Amino acid sequence: MTWRNQTRVRAGMVALLALLAAALFAVALLSGSPVRADEHRGSIEDVDYASPLEVMLSPDGARLYVLCQQSEEVRVLDAATYAVIRNITVGRVPRGFSLSPDGNRLFVANSWDDTLSVIDTTALSVVATWPVGSEPSSVVEDQAGGRLFVANRISNDVAVLDAQTGAEEKRLLAGRGSSYLALSPDGARLYATHVYPNASPHRTAPESEITVIDVARAVVVDRMPLHAIAGVFHTAFSTDGRLGVTAEFHPKNLVPLAHLEHGGAFEDTLTVFGADVGKPVEVPLDELERYASQPFGVAIAPDKSRIYITSGGSEVVTVVDVQRLLRFIHAHPAPFVQDLSASANYVVARIAVGHNPRGLTLTRDGRTLFVANRLDDTISVIDTRTNRVASTIALAGPKIVTARRHGEQTFYTARQSFQGQIGCANCHIDSTFDGLTWNLEPDGFGRSIVDNKLLEGVKDTEPYKWTGTNPNIPTECGPRTEKYFWRSENYDDLTLADLAFYVLTMQTRPNRWKLPGNELTPPQERGKAIFDRTVDKFKKPIPEYNRCSYCHSGPKGTNQKLFDVGTRKPTDNGSLLKAAPLTEIALTAPYLHDGSARSLEEIWTVYNPEDKHGRTNDLTKDELNDLIEYLRTR
Amino acid sequence: MKKFLITVLLAAAGSTVFGAPAPSAPPQVAAARQVPAPQMPEFRFENFTTANGLPDNHVFAVLVDGDRIWAGTENGLAVYENHSWKTYTTKDGLAHRAVLSLALDRRTGDVWAGTMAGLSRISGGRIDSFTQLNSGLSNDVVYGVSVEGENVWVATAAGGCRLNLRTGQWTLYNERNTPMVEIWTYGVSATPTKVYYAVWGSGVLEYDQKSARWDKYDDPDGENEMVLFKDQGLIHEIVTSVSYVDNILWAATYFGDSRYDGRYWHNFLTKDSGLPSNFTNFIKGVDAKRAWFCTDKGLAYFDGVNWAVYRPSSKDGKPEMTVRDAQGKVAPIAVTSAPAHNYVLGIDFQGDDIWVATAKGLSHGIRQQK
Repeated sequence: MTWRNQTRVRAGMVALLALLAAALFAVALLSGSPVRADEHRGSIEDVDYASPLEVMLSPDGARLYVLCQQSEEVRVLDAATYAVIRNITVGRVPRGFSLSPDGNRLFVANSWDDTLSVIDTTALSVVATWPVGSEPSSVVEDQAGGRLFVANRISNDVAVLDAQTGAEEKRLLAGRGSSYLALSPDGARLYATHVYPNASPHRTAPESEITVIDVARAVVVDRMPLHAIAGVFHTAFSTDGRLGVTAEFHPKNLVPLAHLEHGGAFEDTLTVFGADVGKPVEVPLDELERYASQPFGVAIAPDKSRIYITSGGSEVVTVVDVQRLLRFIHAHPAPFVQDLSASANYVVARIAVGHNPRGLTLTRDGRTLFVANRLDDTISVIDTRTNRVASTIALAGPKIVTARRHGEQTFYTARQSFQGQIGCANCHIDSTFDGLTWNLEPDGFGRSIVDNKLLEGVKDTEPYKWTGTNPNIPTECGPRTEKYFWRSENYDDLTLADLAFYVLTMQTRPNRWKLPGNELTPPQERGKAIFDRTVDKFKKPIPEYNRCSYCHSGPKGTNQKLFDVGTRKPTDNGSLLKAAPLTEIALTAPYLHDGSARSLEEIWTVYNPEDKHGRTNDLTKDELNDLIEYLRTR
Repeated sequence: MKKFLITVLLAAAGSTVFGAPAPSAPPQVAAARQVPAPQMPEFRFENFTTANGLPDNHVFAVLVDGDRIWAGTENGLAVYENHSWKTYTTKDGLAHRAVLSLALDRRTGDVWAGTMAGLSRISGGRIDSFTQLNSGLSNDVVYGVSVEGENVWVATAAGGCRLNLRTGQWTLYNERNTPMVEIWTYGVSATPTKVYYAVWGSGVLEYDQKSARWDKYDDPDGENEMVLFKDQGLIHEIVTSVSYVDNILWAATYFGDSRYDGRYWHNFLTKDSGLPSNFTNFIKGVDAKRAWFCTDKGLAYFDGVNWAVYRPSSKDGKPEMTVRDAQGKVAPIAVTSAPAHNYVLGIDFQGDDIWVATAKGLSHGIRQQK
């Protein structure tokens, strides 16, 4: 069954559910209370999808390995018949995998339990589980088989491990949100990318990098700057090593989101580099009316004739003719990234695939391309000679589309927006955040610069927006988003309800600063005492509104009320801001409503001169450090 | 700040101070010797100044990183590689133009630079800076930095700090949680077993990595800043630099230097050693026996028995090397080059060669084999 047929079946089911939801909605309207998106689904949500994220072929091409994020497995398929050979359970929320050079071992990065699963590809079983850094997202072994490199998203580094024992040797500083690794064909260099921009001054263009590691010495030898890029994903190399290609987001967050013509909020681009290119060049994938939203996976044909890029939002694979691309680059001095007529010179096909296509891999002869469609549990099999989907492999698992699944599909797709430019996941990468500040039109051009917030744990933290003007998630995700972001037709009620349901039921990642059993370290304990205090160091009572524990009370760290914390800027329309939740606060720099504080420290060392944002100016530096250590556990 | 101000003031005084300082009780140079002088390392010095690529002649610190040489100057962080200099400034993200201290993370190749306005990490060409406002760093004036394992130890004008690179946690050390009386920390030397802080006016602070406990070494009688009897304890409370190597602590002060083996102290003064001056800016141990002393009147080397001093002559500025043997006899050694200046602020080793930071240039001492 192709994904289109599946979609039709699903559409029928969705229509049925839509009637039910519409009835619920009507009842809710009649009763005078808004629809609670999280109240209209039951145990049907407990189903586990496979959610294939990455695919890879064995060196002999006989097996297709599929990394399934939600079912937390590596599924091993016969690459010819697609029959299941074995399903191997790995750790929590696996995000990346790779084979050893000899193909005998398969390494899986389990992003939520901070481990590597080591799979013996002969026995097809996990033979070791090694602890690694925070949120491992990609793993690569060097060609000598001596070292493993692991990209850790939360600790922003690439860990170097002994490939035989898993013992960690050291960690190399990478970009913020270090996530994806690619080894050069000669094995000499490792290229690491990252999903959140590195720190840069407030309201300046985001800066990212490709971290280049000398594999033999295991040290960083270069950082290729990616100016104005935030969100960098997979890198691929031609077999001769002369061409490298990286998929990335190019946000336009410094200008008001006033229109969506010519790629309003984002451009979807590649950075191409290497001897064939010369100086690295950023090239657009978008056309004027067709976008390649959320580029993620990249593969280069063995004969270097084509580049294939998945776009998770547009649900396509874009095919680039390499020779035409190189001719264009050499004939047109950069920058031309904002010229959306450029891609017509080198994009030769856009192949529709399934929901949220991510990882992809080519057969050794380059004739077949496998694409993992994460949100409909299929693998598209593309004939690269015709650039058509030859077949679709349906992975075993539930065939129903639950409300949450439909909501997640809605979250990632760009179909809803004008010209299919963007989806929720553009600004909420992997359902988190983007580390950027934005200038949204509804508040006025140049007015109310806002920091993008984390979505994890948003349930029961209403009202939403920094100014608290959206009473609930359906309002936040619905009319406001439709009007100001999508600029297209509204969601139907069921889709909006499902989207809200997905957002409200997102799981929160394990907090990496908490000790097992949620005990606190001595600094965290001291910090908690400061957080909870009611009198300052001079024994003077702290007014309720000026205590950390009052405004940031409850399990989410917000009492959901508005306060003036003295951070109003000339560009702000008001001074009242909602007490922000503290969920995973350590991860979400920058801080404050406009992102002006680059670190937690700056909230108080720079932006709290009058003690309006809590009584803190009586604290010593070490006491402030303690308070921050506690906050990082939230 | 004191060190910075003093060095700036002395530099500003120019040749009056640096060019022709009065020798402090110089030992008598033997006119004719019956026995040859001890064999001490000889160098041909090549000097770098603004004339050949250094961004500033005032070099506070030098660090050898394989074939690369890092120089912390008053006007940027310079790196010498493939026979040319490149300078990092605040435009590149450096916390401040004046770089006071340097340390190398030998595992990762990252360089840490202590500046007058924060701590900078240079990694693969990217610079991230930590300040007292944007991080847990206790104070922006960073006199010393040392990397050991996952921890970066920092000496600041408001106590010591430890940054755990794995967790990002800052731990501050000051009068509230250590025996530190003054919090003006001047230097730090971190090893897997011990961490030592040089504290201005508060002696030497010792942190035991295993027990996580602090100890303190200072004036033995607790009343005077200076030791009253030779080798009774740390020579002076105003400690400028520490170096811990082979279980031996080498400590420098502005009033002489000390060596401590965990039980016994041995102190060095101009009157009883080959030190050219009691005013020592920086000290670096080679091993348990040998150490280099960076003083305001030249660079000194102690091999456990004998001393050698390298400097431009205090009389006429001509290159000078003297060797002092165990009996205190001093012999001149004919040399054709000397460090760029006799006000020496730092040293590091590159095989048999040395690199020397001075108030008026950076010097590469190329070992001469006889």
